Amino acid sequence: MPQTLYDKLWANHVVHVEDDGTALLYIDRHLVHEVTSPQAFEGLRLAGRKPWRIDSVVATADHNTPTTDWSEGIKDPISRLQVETLDANIRQYGAKAYFPFLDQRQGIVHVIGPEQGATLPGMTVVCGDSHTSTHGAFACLAHGIGTSEVEHVLATQCLVQKKMQNMLVTVDGPLARGVTAKDIALVIIGRIGTAGGTGCAVEFAGSSIRALSMEGRMTLCNMAIEAGARAGMVAVDEVTVAYLKGRPFAPTGENWNRAVAHWRTLVSDTGAQFDRVVRLDARDIRPQVTWGTSPEMVVAVDERVPDPDKEKDPTRREGMERALIYMNLKPNTRIEDIRLDKVFIGSCTNSRIEDLRAAAAMVRGKRVASNIRLALVVPGSGLVKAQAEQEGLDRVFRDSGFEWREPGCSMCLAMNADRLEPGERCASTSNRNFEGRQGAGGRTHLVSPEMAAAAAIAGHFVDIRSWR
Amino acid sequence: MEKFTLLNGLVAPLDRANVDTDAIIPKQFLKSIKRSGFGPNLFDAWRYQDVGEPGMDNARRPLNPDFVLNQPRYKGASILLARKNFGCGSSREHAPWALADYGFRAVIAPSFADIFYNNCFKNGLLPIVLSELRIDHLFNEVNAFPGYKLTVDLERQMVITPDGATQIAFEVDAHRKFCLLNGFDDIGLSLRQADKIRAFEARRRIEQPWLFG
Repeated sequence: MPQTLYDKLWANHVVHVEDDGTALLYIDRHLVHEVTSPQAFEGLRLAGRKPWRIDSVVATADHNTPTTDWSEGIKDPISRLQVETLDANIRQYGAKAYFPFLDQRQGIVHVIGPEQGATLPGMTVVCGDSHTSTHGAFACLAHGIGTSEVEHVLATQCLVQKKMQNMLVTVDGPLARGVTAKDIALVIIGRIGTAGGTGCAVEFAGSSIRALSMEGRMTLCNMAIEAGARAGMVAVDEVTVAYLKGRPFAPTGENWNRAVAHWRTLVSDTGAQFDRVVRLDARDIRPQVTWGTSPEMVVAVDERVPDPDKEKDPTRREGMERALIYMNLKPNTRIEDIRLDKVFIGSCTNSRIEDLRAAAAMVRGKRVASNIRLALVVPGSGLVKAQAEQEGLDRVFRDSGFEWREPGCSMCLAMNADRLEPGERCASTSNRNFEGRQGAGGRTHLVSPEMAAAAAIAGHFVDIRSWR
Repeated sequence: MEKFTLLNGLVAPLDRANVDTDAIIPKQFLKSIKRSGFGPNLFDAWRYQDVGEPGMDNARRPLNPDFVLNQPRYKGASILLARKNFGCGSSREHAPWALADYGFRAVIAPSFADIFYNNCFKNGLLPIVLSELRIDHLFNEVNAFPGYKLTVDLERQMVITPDGATQIAFEVDAHRKFCLLNGFDDIGLSLRQADKIRAFEARRRIEQPWLFG
């Protein structure tokens, strides 16, 4: 019977199945960061258990690390303790690789996994972080887990899982100038809603997806969780193989040839059955801007803030009204008339070299608008930062009035000092616009790096399809 | 893990859809390296009038009188009645830790986000899916009758109304039910398959050695 990519990944990792279909699924790669792991290591210690296969672990500190003054260390004592706890746990138990605070290869866990070649096609990849779906861009079964499951994977190298449903999202046709993987992701979420993919593993396919770089595919899979799908994935093709060649942890020699031959089988078979199918035409996709407090509250940049009075569903209407109050927006406001206070370019969604290049191209030779209090560029990793500096992108950003920072999660979730003050409005390349996400009382609009960069220059959203 | 068998508890209604885990427990409280103590900061941004930070004396913070859990009639609630897509967003297990630490033992909603749903079972917190129609009805009942209590019988997979007249069946995976009823931590159960895991791993090392480089 023809199989989907997810069917194959699932079947390749089942160790044991119970009568009710609950399976033990083998885990190849366990990514670890400082926020969701301390209690798991502690649990392991309390139970007197040892890690099953510690060389599956790749770890870094990213959520709490500051993006300024690295020479001064981590000033917040609670953040520092959490990072030092990870240091101590890795010292005690080991890891395949650890990129601690201050290491040049440190960075956002979902940026450094692929960058190091620690994420390989056909793997199961887990991390105590919902944006683990990012790694599905490499035809992995990759998803976020809770801390109890982090402990479970440490102790058993397996997860207790039930098979999800198969969902296919196809996007076909050429993307217009100024339309990016981020816009595809937001359009999909707007279409199916933040629970549209609940219970599903989503495969993204179609000519528009094939045309995306690995960076673009990672952006798309990263946002699968915002559509409720724990796992998003893209089949292997030449783009995947070319990206991995020569990465530090990628196989070499005869193993490389064997691996590539296996990876090429990681595609959905012709005639494979999906439980749900959603089809989009890329020609309909315009640059997107979220207006509310959920990623599904999204419109195109040339549209207006919607009017709750026109919404028939009472629960949705109430949610819209609440969101408009929180966002301090009036129905029918033109998106381009929304003025901003801050701009954040970064996060596991959009902090890779391609994102920074695209944003830099928008701002070269221009100045950040006077109403923008802070425009921030936070590279996804030390290596992304070094690459960008080699290309002179840091100068471009700095000359335009952006701050060029050290790598980390930063203002995506504001666990470090980078945050919105109450009432501040931000154009952000991150993934969540929930109430308080970027700081208590902060107002987040999710956009692509190009849209964020242009908004910083204009001081308000602009339709970058006509940006000069 | 604490066993879950039979629960008779006061119901608190949280009438909004898509409650995300950032709302359940805001990020600043994720800096803790412990599993306990999150209850006072459950729904922190909605519950208090000031901005909460770790280390504050929560007993002295100004409460938001409009937030439902601050109403005296819901004090001591152990069942949270919620709307669809409860627990969406981040994978933080701090969300169920905060709910359980506050005193909730069950959450009833029309749907849950996958990771949150899964995390609940690891912490003796039972997420129960009922139809939108049932949930609407329960919201009406809870609002109408102060002190409204429900009984949750996990063994029989039933939610029972106060008069005992209505018994509403719910679904739960056999494996998860077994673990909850017995208070089993599933690491111990999984390690019973250690031989199978070892055999699987040995085969994989031969077939795909690059995964073990």
